[in-house]
Order: sequence, then structure tokens, then C-alpha cells
Amino acid sequence: MAAGSALVLTSALLAGCGDDSDELTLNLYTAADGAEQYAAAAVDCTNAANGRYVIRHHMLPRQADDQRLQLARRIVGGDTALDIVGLDVTWTAEFAEAGWVEPLPDEVADRVRNGTLEGPLKTATWEDRLYAAPLNTNTQLLWYRKDLVPNGEPPDTWDELITIAEDLADQRRPSWIEVQANQYEGITVWFNTLLTSAGGKIVDDDGETVTLDQGDAARRALEIMARVGRAKGADPSLSQRDEGSARLAMESGRAVFQVNYPFVLPGIAENGGGAFLDDNGNPTNSDTGRRVQDEFAWAPFPGMEEGKPATVTIGGFNLAVPTTSKHPTEAFEAIECLRNRENQLRNAVEAGVPPTLAELYDDPAFQEEYPAWEAIKSSLENAGVRPASPAYQSISIVLSADLSPPSGIDPDSDVEKLTSRVRDAVNSEGLVP
Amino acid sequence: MTTLAPAPPPAPPPTGKRTLTAEKKAERKLAFLLCAPAVLVMVAVTAYPIGYAVWLSLQRYDLRFPNDREFVGLDNYTAVLTDNYWWTALAVTVALTVISVAIELVLGFALALLMHRTIVARNTVRTVLLIPYGIVTVAGAFSWYYAWTPGTGYLANLLPEGEAPLTEQIPALGIVILAEVWKTTPFMALLLLAGLALVPDDLLRAAQVDGAGAWTRLVRVIIPMMKPAILVALLFRTLDAFRIFDNIYVLTRGNNDTGSVSILGYDNLFKAFNLGIGSAISVLIFLCVALIAFLFVKGFGTAAPGTDSEAKR
Repeated sequence: MAAGSALVLTSALLAGCGDDSDELTLNLYTAADGAEQYAAAAVDCTNAANGRYVIRHHMLPRQADDQRLQLARRIVGGDTALDIVGLDVTWTAEFAEAGWVEPLPDEVADRVRNGTLEGPLKTATWEDRLYAAPLNTNTQLLWYRKDLVPNGEPPDTWDELITIAEDLADQRRPSWIEVQANQYEGITVWFNTLLTSAGGKIVDDDGETVTLDQGDAARRALEIMARVGRAKGADPSLSQRDEGSARLAMESGRAVFQVNYPFVLPGIAENGGGAFLDDNGNPTNSDTGRRVQDEFAWAPFPGMEEGKPATVTIGGFNLAVPTTSKHPTEAFEAIECLRNRENQLRNAVEAGVPPTLAELYDDPAFQEEYPAWEAIKSSLENAGVRPASPAYQSISIVLSADLSPPSGIDPDSDVEKLTSRVRDAVNSEGLVP
Repeated sequence: MTTLAPAPPPAPPPTGKRTLTAEKKAERKLAFLLCAPAVLVMVAVTAYPIGYAVWLSLQRYDLRFPNDREFVGLDNYTAVLTDNYWWTALAVTVALTVISVAIELVLGFALALLMHRTIVARNTVRTVLLIPYGIVTVAGAFSWYYAWTPGTGYLANLLPEGEAPLTEQIPALGIVILAEVWKTTPFMALLLLAGLALVPDDLLRAAQVDGAGAWTRLVRVIIPMMKPAILVALLFRTLDAFRIFDNIYVLTRGNNDTGSVSILGYDNLFKAFNLGIGSAISVLIFLCVALIAFLFVKGFGTAAPGTDSEAKR
């Protein structure tokens, strides 16, 4: 590791040598998705700085695990070449507790809080301090087929949803329910949404007390997951589904429901509208003039009980300043620019990620790009967040290992098992699978 | 007569011996000097990381809780060795190793015989057989992954509706073995082909004249002659198979109890950032690999790479 950080340091020094000595360079590291937009924002904010600093954009890997690994390794190794980093919303507690990112200075924090949606703010907060500035967010909706649900009305609850799907299976019509059920972060997100919608929580706000087994919320969440997994006419590949394959399964015409992020809406149009449908709503190879896209609609994420909206787990990225940065003052200034109204709008319109500034949702440009903006906004206002804990990654790994496949869940005995596994993870004891 | 016989030549004068020793000493010194750079490099790239891993494995050291770092002796080993995840991963690894190497040995031998005896288009046959080995493992693994994924896969579509083999432990492990065998059988065949070339044709002809059939020649002549080559091939493949990582990483990510010990080590080091536990797993893997090598070299008399197998007899 010493050798590794020495290498990194050397290359940073070499990179520094190449620069104009008067020029102050801020290195911005973001995920590879949406990199074009982040790079454009870097150019705009460099211009806005009037020559005081230059923001240079760099790409991190596409996979969240690889991004986290690179950032953590470089910061632990004392790499001074990182000035602004894009953090996945689940990493805040970990990076803050480990001393890898600086808390926002008070006046910056005040300005960031002003006008930012509550849910995204929560994902950037650890022990009442703001460690990052919410750049964009993400939330899931229920996507459904109008031609398959009774009266074209989407279900409000999971109970109703499963009943509709099973009825469709009896009629030999498309009956798959698409969720993210593969053994990865996605199934943890699904579980967390169900759990918080039922009034439960994986860990308490301190990030240490495991509250998974309090009340019956966990058992109810597990019941729904097991029922979706074992439903009559369920997708046989359910336990392999992630966001991308769930979306494709729906486009193939065999699914009636999917819970997924807003990208599926522009996606289905890009893919030519999905499969052709026959009179029964089943996919067919012949050109009937009617495609999945024509029946494709969205609704709020189903809740656990009638009249109580779901608290959907939110995703997204926040911007933070590593403790190793040599120019924190300029970096914080640049962060405010990088997440300003123009840049968030550009990210939304060009890269499809929902912004974190509340007022943008009233902007016609955004509304046009996001036909589902109202559902997204209300979903964000009811947002559920994933457990804020420095050990979040371990929690997620053990949960996803035990929850997948959903058809194997035993709601009666699994709550206890999950609770003890999460407790080990929180205390960083034992192994992760 | 005997008295007249000239005295036996005097033993080389002690001084002469001393000169030789001095020469030898100088030579030895030079040898050490010449070796020193290589030794230094070996220490830097091999011994240091291993030593550092051992040192880390004796500490509670989680990157996320840097302030809790402390020396805990063998606690990490206790944690690993009392955990079900470790034993599941070890069982999976051993099963994968034994089954895939056994299949590769039989298949590889058949391919080696084929390559050795082919008369028509000899070079083409050899090249074609080696193609899988030339493909990057990760790229090959991805093509297997898509082939076995329902919807995108030509192989998965052959199965009855509703089968997703990569999501169940046993079928997924079967696919991992298939991918391993497909990928590394050519390597096995190549090593065995080199061994086959060592079997003198005269010996085979003599056996034939003595009335030995093809099978007898194979069992009585070829295989005994090839024993050193077979054991080296087995040793290499066993060590490689035990450290299996890339195929599993792509095909299942170790989900549904299909992870090998290497996957377990990776996850604990790089997902959980738990350097103590992760290093303990790495050291245990190292010990397993050393044990396998020891068994092969001492138990079966495999010639260690770089030593002369004849000299050992």
C-alpha cells in the first residue's frame, strides 16, 4: 500500500509539474455516467471563477463499488490530487466517520440547505453536519401496463398489485412483476423501501443501534418480497433482475408491473417502443400497430397499506471535498457552482437524473423532459433513505446475500437472522459473504 | 614390486587446496553479487507484500474505523475459521478445483494425443485447439454469462422455460466448471503434448513388436514415461484452479453460495475495507496453496519447476 500511494503521489506531482505554476487546478472526480454533463459544468464553473482556478474533470469507473474503492484508496493513501469528489448517497456516513471528507463550512452549508429537497439533504448529513452538497437524486416509480390493470387504474398497495398479477396469470396474460431482486444493492433498496413504508428502519439515526426487528415492519416487508417471488406467473428470472434487465423484461411485453427509476421512460422510446402486442396484451411477432410503449404508464410506488404512500429509497450523487485536498476553500466555492440551477437542469435534461433543487420542478424545461415529474417530486418529498452508518456497505452486502432470491425468504424466521447479521456488520465484526 | 612401485602421487598440497577454496570463495562471492539484484527484487515484490499481509492479518484494521486500529493477535484467524462463509467458500473452491482439474486432465490428454498424432493440417489443429486459451478469461466469462442468461442466451433458451441456471448454486457451479474447463484444457493439453514428445518412438515400436496393443502401450509405456509431465501439469492447474477468481466474479459475483475463497478475500478487503480480516483470508489462501504445492512435490514426487527431475532419482 505504501508503494501504491507513493506511485500515486509521484504521478500527482508529475501532473502538478506540467501545469502553469500560477494556475490553481481543482480536480473533480465523478462517476462515468453523465460524465459529459459534469465536464461541461466544470468548463462553465472554470469560466465563472475568472481565472482564480481551473476545474479539471476526471472520470471514475462505472460501477459504484469500483468508484468507492478508488476514492477510498486514494484518500487513505494521502493523494492530494483529489479536490472534489462525487459520492454515492450511501457513502456519506462512511466517508465522514473515517475522516475522508471535510464537513461543509457553515456559510456554505446554509446556502446548500436553502432550496434543496429534504430527502437528498438527509443523504449528505452525518451526525447533524453536512458533509456533501446534493448534486442529483433518483427515485423509483411504479411502471405499469394500462391495458392489463382493471379500469386502467394502477394499484396503490403491494397487496393489490400481487392480486392483479396473479389474476392475469390465471388468464394467461402478461403477469410478471419486475423488481431488482438480484443479489446486489438493488434488492437492499427494495427491502429498505418496503421496510420504511411499513414504518420500520434498519438502523437508528446514530448508525449503531440496529432497529430492524422492532415492531412487525420487517416481517411485513419480507412477506411482500416472498409473495412477489412466489407469485403465480412470476418472472422465472426474477432473482437475476437488476434495473436494466427489469426494464428490458417489461419492454419484451411479458411484464405488467415494474418498479424502476425514471430512465426507463426515455429508454423505451429509444428502443423503438418495445414488443408488439396482440388483442390479449401478449407479445407477438406480427406487426399489430400496438406496442408496449402505447400502454406504458407510471404511478407512485405502491405502499404497504391503503392511503399511506410509500417512502421510496432515494439514490443519487453528492459532491464533497476530501480531507487530502490542498485547496478546500476554492473547492467548496466550486461545489456551489457545480450544483447550481443551470448545471442541475443540464444534468436532468441531458443525462436524465432528477435535480435536488426544489424550484427546478416548476421549470417547464424540466417538466417537459420529465413527463413523470409530478410523481417523481411527490416521491422525493416522501423519500426514505438507506441506513446512515459508516458500515453501510457491509450492511448492504449481508442483506442482499440473505434476501436473494426473494422466493427463498421465510418471513417468520428471517427477521431474527437478518438482525443478527446486520448487528455484526455494524460492529465490523466477522466476515461479509 | 610393491616397494618399487612409485609412491602414489602426493595428495595435492594443502596450499593448492587453499587456493582452490579461495578461488571458489571469490566465485561464490561473485555469484552472490550477481544474484543480489534478483534477490532484492524478489524480496521487494514477493516477500514484502506477503510479510505485510501477515502483519495486517494480526490487527483489527478496518479502513472505515481508522482510530480503532489495534494489535489483536490471532483474533482475525479465529473469526475467519469459525465463520460459515469461509467454510462454504473453501468447500466450493475445493469442489471446483477437484472436478475441473479431473475433467481437464482427461480431456487435455485426449487433445494432446490428438495433436501429437494428427498428420493432416497439424498446425491448424493445434492452433484451433489453443484458441480458448488465448481468449482473455474475463471476455470468455462474459460470453458464458450472456449465453446462460435467459432472454439473451442461446444456451439458456435451450432449457425449459423458467430456468435461470446462474441463480442457483449447483447449476451455477456447473457453469463455472464448464467455463474453467473450456478455458484451460488447452493449457493442460499443451503441457501434456510436451510430455508426449518425450516418449521415444523406438520404445513404442518395440512394445508394438512385443505385441502390446494401443491401450497397453498407453497405460504401460506412455503414461509412466510421462509421469513427470503429468504431475507438473496437475500441479500448475491445481494451484491455478484453487485461486479461481475471474470466472466466478463475472458469472455469479459469488452470489448464492458460489464464491471461492479468493472472492471472499476480495469482498472483505475491497468492499468491506476490512484489512485485518481480508489479510487473514489471504494468508490462509496462501497457506492452502503452499500445502497443495508441498503435497505434490513431496507426496507425488513432482519436480518443482526449475529443478532437474533426473537429478532427483
